Amino acid sequence: MFKRIMVPVDLTHADRLAKALNVAGDLAAHYGARLIYVGVTASTPSSIAHTPHEYGEKLAAFAKAQGLAAGVEAESHPVISHDPAVDLDPALVKAVSEVDADLVVMASHIPGLADHFWPSNGGTIASRAAVSVMVVR
Amino acid sequence: MSDTPESTDQGIPAPEGAADIIETDYEIGQDNFEAQIGPFGLDVHNPVFAISGAVVIAFVFYTLALPEQAGSIFSWLFSFATKTFDWFFLGAANIFVIFCLLLIVTPVGSVRLGGAEATPDYGYAGWFAMLFAAGMGIGLMFFGVLEPVYHMAVSSPLGVPSPFDADGNLIPENVDAAKAMGLAATIFHWGLHPWAIYAVMALALALFSYNKGLPLTVRSAFYPLLGERVWGWWGHIIDILAVFATLFGLATSLGFGAQQVNAGLNHVFGLPIGATMQVLIITFITAIALVSVVRGLDGGVKVLSEINMVLAAALLIFVLLVGPTLMIFSDFASGLWNYLVDLVPLSNPVGREDTDFVQGWTSFYWAWWISWSPFVGMFIARVSRGRTVREFVICVLIIPSLVCVLWMAVFGGVAIDQVLSDPATSQVKANVIDSYNPPLSLFAMLEGLPMSSITSVLAVVLVIVFFVTSSDSGSLVIDTITAGGKVDAPVPQRVFWACFEGAVAIVLLLSAGGLSSLQSMVISTGLPFTLVLLVMCIAIWRGLQAERRL
Repeated sequence: MFKRIMVPVDLTHADRLAKALNVAGDLAAHYGARLIYVGVTASTPSSIAHTPHEYGEKLAAFAKAQGLAAGVEAESHPVISHDPAVDLDPALVKAVSEVDADLVVMASHIPGLADHFWPSNGGTIASRAAVSVMVVR
Repeated sequence: MSDTPESTDQGIPAPEGAADIIETDYEIGQDNFEAQIGPFGLDVHNPVFAISGAVVIAFVFYTLALPEQAGSIFSWLFSFATKTFDWFFLGAANIFVIFCLLLIVTPVGSVRLGGAEATPDYGYAGWFAMLFAAGMGIGLMFFGVLEPVYHMAVSSPLGVPSPFDADGNLIPENVDAAKAMGLAATIFHWGLHPWAIYAVMALALALFSYNKGLPLTVRSAFYPLLGERVWGWWGHIIDILAVFATLFGLATSLGFGAQQVNAGLNHVFGLPIGATMQVLIITFITAIALVSVVRGLDGGVKVLSEINMVLAAALLIFVLLVGPTLMIFSDFASGLWNYLVDLVPLSNPVGREDTDFVQGWTSFYWAWWISWSPFVGMFIARVSRGRTVREFVICVLIIPSLVCVLWMAVFGGVAIDQVLSDPATSQVKANVIDSYNPPLSLFAMLEGLPMSSITSVLAVVLVIVFFVTSSDSGSLVIDTITAGGKVDAPVPQRVFWACFEGAVAIVLLLSAGGLSSLQSMVISTGLPFTLVLLVMCIAIWRGLQAERRL
C-alpha cells in the first residue's frame, strides 16, 4: 500500500520521537516500504552540527541506525532553511514531494491553546500535504 | 571533511568544501533554558536573556524615576565619550576603512564565507536590499536634507566659511566652496567609514559562524583571543552589551522616528502633534512589524526591504527628474570628487581646528554607527553566507557608499539649490538654518518641488516601512543573541522582543527627556565597542589566514 514513508525528525529532540519512530518502523516493515528521514536545519551552526554538511552526515547516520533497527531500507533527506523557526512547515510540505513520499508519519504534541495562534507542525502538514499523514501523539 | 555519505547528497544546496572548523566542546544551546510558559515554548540563553531583560527594565525605571539625574549622567557620559575620545573614534574608523580595503586587494579576499564551495543564500537584489535597509535606511530620510544644508551654512567643516553672513545675506564668493563642502562632509559621514564599521562586525560574525562553526553571537568572534572563556562571563558580558545597544538603539530611534512620522502627518494631513499620536504611531509600526516577524526572514524582512528599495528609488528618481536634473548629476560628480579630495583632512584624528564639527558631528556619528554595529553586523552576517570576502566587502562597503553619495547629491543638492537660489522663501532654510527643525527638513524640501502632497505621503510611508523593517530585523537579532546563537528558537520570543522594544519606546517617549538621555547612553556604548571592533580586525585577519592555508 505504501512504498515511501517520510518521517520528519528533529535531531535535537530525537528522544521525544521514540513512539513515532517505532510506528514508522513497524509500518515500513509491514508494507515493505522505504523510510526517508527528513530533517530541517539552518545554515548557521546549531547544537547538532557546525555546518549543513555535518548535519547531513548526522542525519544519514541516524537514518542508517533507524533502518537497521526496523529491518528496512532507509535514507535521509536534509533540508536547509534560511529561517527554520518560521519556514519549518512549508519546508516539510515541499519535502513530501521532493522525496516522493506516499505517507508521512510524524510526532506531534497534544494540542493546546497556543495551537490557535501557532498551529502544530503535524496539523499544518496534515492539512497541506497531498498524501496521507499520520500524526503520532 | 569526510566523504559525503551517499544518502545525504540530496537536499543540501551544495557541498560545503574545505573550512577551518574550530574544535570546541561547547555545544550551541547547552546553556539554554527551555520551558513551556502557559501555551508558549521558550528557549533562551541563561543568563544572557534574563540579565539583558532585567538591565533594560532597570534602566527604563531609573530614567523614569530620576529623569534629571539620569539625563545629566547620560549626557555627561555622552559628551565625555564623543569629546574626550574624538581622536580615538576617528582613528579607529580610519583603521576599519583601511582594513576593509586591504581585504579587497589581498589574497584573503578569495576566502568564501560558509566554506570553499558554499553557494550564496540570497541573490544580489534581495541581499543588497536587506543590508541597505538594515544599515542606514531611515537615517537617509532624516538627514538627507538636513545635513548637507547644515554643513554648508552652519557647521563650517575644515573651517570652510558659511555662504551667509550673520544677518542671513548671501556672500557670493563663499558659495562654491561652502556648497562643495556641504556635500563632501555629509558623504563623509555616510560613505566608507560607517560601512567599514558594519563590514568589520558582520565579517567577524559570519566568518566565525559559517567557517569556524561557532554560534552566531557576538562573543564567537572573540574565540581566538579568549578561548573557552568566551562561553563564560566574558562572553555573557559581550552579548548582553550587544543586546543592550541594539534594544535601546532601536527603541530610541523608534521614539524619534515616531516624532518624524508625526511631523510628516501633521504637515501633510494636519493631524495633531502630541504624545497620544506618537504612541499610536509606535503601536501601529510595532503591529505591522509583528506580522512581518511571524512571516520570518524570507517572507517578512526580505519582502519589506525590497519594498523599501522600490519606494526609495521611486522617491529618488522623482526628485532627480523634477529637480534640476543636470545640476544634480554635476553635484554627484563634484560631491564624489570633493569627498575624495577632502577625505584625508576630514578623517584626520588629531590637530583639528574645527572642533565643533569633529566632536559634534563626526565623533557623534562614528560612535553612533559603532553602537549600531552589533545589530546591523549580525543581520548582515545572517544573510551573507556563500559570498567571498572580496565580494562581501565590495558589496557592503563600496556599493552602499556610492548609493549614499547619489542620495545625498539628489536630496542635499536640491535642498542646497533651493536655499541658495531663493533664500528669502526657502522652507529648507527656515527649518534648518533659521530654526533647527530636523523632522521637517525633508518635507520642507519636497514642498519646494511639484506634487509635494503626493511625495510627502510617499515619504511618510517610506519612513514607516523603514521603521517596520528595523523593528523586525532588530527582534530577529536580539532573539538570536539571547538564544545563545540559536536561529530556530520559538517564534513567540521574537514577538516578545518586538513588543518589548515598542513598549520601551512608548515609556521613554512619555517621559520628559527620556528618549534623548537614553540615546546618549546608547551612543556611549560606542566606546567599548570600538575596542571590540579593533580586536575583531585582528581576529578576522587570523581567521582568514587559517582558511587560506587549507
